[in-house]
Amino acid sequence: MSMNSQGRPTSPSAPSAPPAIETVSGSRGLQQREDLIFETGSTTKTGVDLPTPKGGMDRLGGVTRKKSVGLPGLSEPEAVRHYVRLSQQNYAIDLGLFPLGSCTMKHNPRLNEKVARMPGFADIHPLQPQSTVQGALELIDQLATWLKTLTGMPAVAMSPKAGAHGEFCGMMAIRGALMARGEIETRTRVLVPASAHGTNPATAVQCGFTVDEIKADARGRVDMEDLKSKLVDSSDIAGIMLTNPNTCGLFETDIREIADLIHEAGGYFYCDGANFNAIVGRVRPGDLGVDAMHINLHKTFSTPHGGGGPGAGPTVLSEALADFAPVPFVVEEDGVYHLVEQRSGEGSDAFGRLCAFHGQMGMFTRALTYMLSHGADGLKQAAEDAVLNANYLQSRLKKVMTPAFDGYCMHEALFSDAFTAEGIETLDIAKAMIDEGYHPMTMYFPLVVHGAMLIEPTETESKAELDRFCESLLSIAEKAKAGDESLKGAPYLAPKRRLDETQAARKPELRWSEPDKIAAE
Amino acid sequence: MTQFTQQTTFYTEDHEWVTVHGDLATVGITRYAAEQLGDVVFVETPEVGKTFKKGDEMAVVESVKAASDVYAPLSGEIIDTNSALADSPETVNEHPEGEGWFCVIKFSDGAETRNLMDKDAYFEFCKGQ
Ligand SMILES: Cc1ncc(COP(=O)(O)O)c(C=O)c1O
Repeated sequence: MSMNSQGRPTSPSAPSAPPAIETVSGSRGLQQREDLIFETGSTTKTGVDLPTPKGGMDRLGGVTRKKSVGLPGLSEPEAVRHYVRLSQQNYAIDLGLFPLGSCTMKHNPRLNEKVARMPGFADIHPLQPQSTVQGALELIDQLATWLKTLTGMPAVAMSPKAGAHGEFCGMMAIRGALMARGEIETRTRVLVPASAHGTNPATAVQCGFTVDEIKADARGRVDMEDLKSKLVDSSDIAGIMLTNPNTCGLFETDIREIADLIHEAGGYFYCDGANFNAIVGRVRPGDLGVDAMHINLHKTFSTPHGGGGPGAGPTVLSEALADFAPVPFVVEEDGVYHLVEQRSGEGSDAFGRLCAFHGQMGMFTRALTYMLSHGADGLKQAAEDAVLNANYLQSRLKKVMTPAFDGYCMHEALFSDAFTAEGIETLDIAKAMIDEGYHPMTMYFPLVVHGAMLIEPTETESKAELDRFCESLLSIAEKAKAGDESLKGAPYLAPKRRLDETQAARKPELRWSEPDKIAAE
Repeated sequence: MTQFTQQTTFYTEDHEWVTVHGDLATVGITRYAAEQLGDVVFVETPEVGKTFKKGDEMAVVESVKAASDVYAPLSGEIIDTNSALADSPETVNEHPEGEGWFCVIKFSDGAETRNLMDKDAYFEFCKGQ
């Protein structure tokens, strides 16, 4: 045994297999136990010590709250610890590889954060006089220019707050254009491939269209025969909503022909740009015949998914739709930037505004920082590396797992559950990944593949990390192939074991009540 | 008009079963479909009195994995729905081809059953899936 000068042992001497330890605190080592915030705090407690206001006048016309709303009071350290502890039970891109397909969980560079926190961008208010926020307006204008250049499209609406919101913006612009043509009553049908993300048909319906589903072919792409058959009578066609690369991680090779067919039919081409990260710098959607496309800044341009408020899903528009963009937008005149709040001309009564102000400044700052720090060549390389990484994964994983389609993939690799033994499901593989310290991949999506597993490593990961991930997943896949029943119990090592999703959906309990109240009921 | 004096069950490529008798058709999803969906957590049955054309989206079934449309296997009017499914969607997993029925259609054209499958054909169809 080695000793230090006080005689304290400096090397472990205990047996290596740990006994099963039950702790008194409920914490387990660095994993702190944490109760619900309602159980930690209490309604009779407060964390702040303020004098009761005196001489206040009720200006609320008698609607002043009379009872407490029952929020728990906590001290600052209690509140801070609560959320830090919860965050430690969670997974994050800052912890490890986050392979959620279609979500593009790439690294959020710290430089983005630094710039977003500069007071000139962070501490301004949308109602400030425009002369005092010229820099911020210029930033919006620059970002818009980058987006238009990268997509080869003439116009962009900056205000949508997410991909789905951008879809809404694009489809409303299509509505506006159809209205101007006097065809909104007759052109009501929107074609959507079977592999589409659920937001696509939801958006179409939300905008008053009906959805007509197009089949996927054996190559995982739009079935051209099915598409053509749906266009035989095209007098009611409003457009198509197509993702490219699609949600199977494949480039729609017939996209030019699809665009022409839709345009000949009198419809518009909405492209879901969620996967733009695979082609940015290499393909300009404007050259493919796209009329509208959202760009999830949190996917392609590295802004956090849900950090610092809502996201951003700017929507680029073709010449045909440019007049139907929402207000406001930024214009520059003699070096001075203005927000245009009112439109004139054809689209003046198109659909007004999408949200109160001009969009999500914090995300704009981060996205432009990413663009400027990478440069156009760097953005292209990021796309190429994302595709390379996905193909590396696909070629290693296919030794055990079944690729859903033949050939190379784009930025994500899709597998079916065909390789698993009877009784072992995609869900079991996903849960076992948690024990390996990885967030599971996207599962059961897209719907066109049985037991789908959609894996998107992004360009963030090194080869060493990809190898570690592959070895973990391959070991699970081997077990799934051999029918190892232990997978059904996974995860074993997570803070929470497998939850009962069925009961959670069938009998959701969405409200917390005090335990003694529950007992009394 | 085709009349069904004997109760007969047909199947669709979208994995619905249709039991016709007289001019009424009871519709549900097949055992195969229920197994593929996994635990059903929500069923939206059509309203009584609504009419559908064959192939129209008529109902929605949602499981922990996915939400799927159920298509009208025959054209006609809804005259009854299984309201018990709202509170106990699990019936669809437990008895998909019995108590887990979705609705009854008073169909307008019995000839539409011609391109539906019988049990053997459906069994073969599922094998190819
Ligand atoms: C293909 C596809 N379309 C649309 C969306 C919606 O984007 P958002 O989550 O930003 O609303 C997503 C993202 O989840 C997606 O993967």
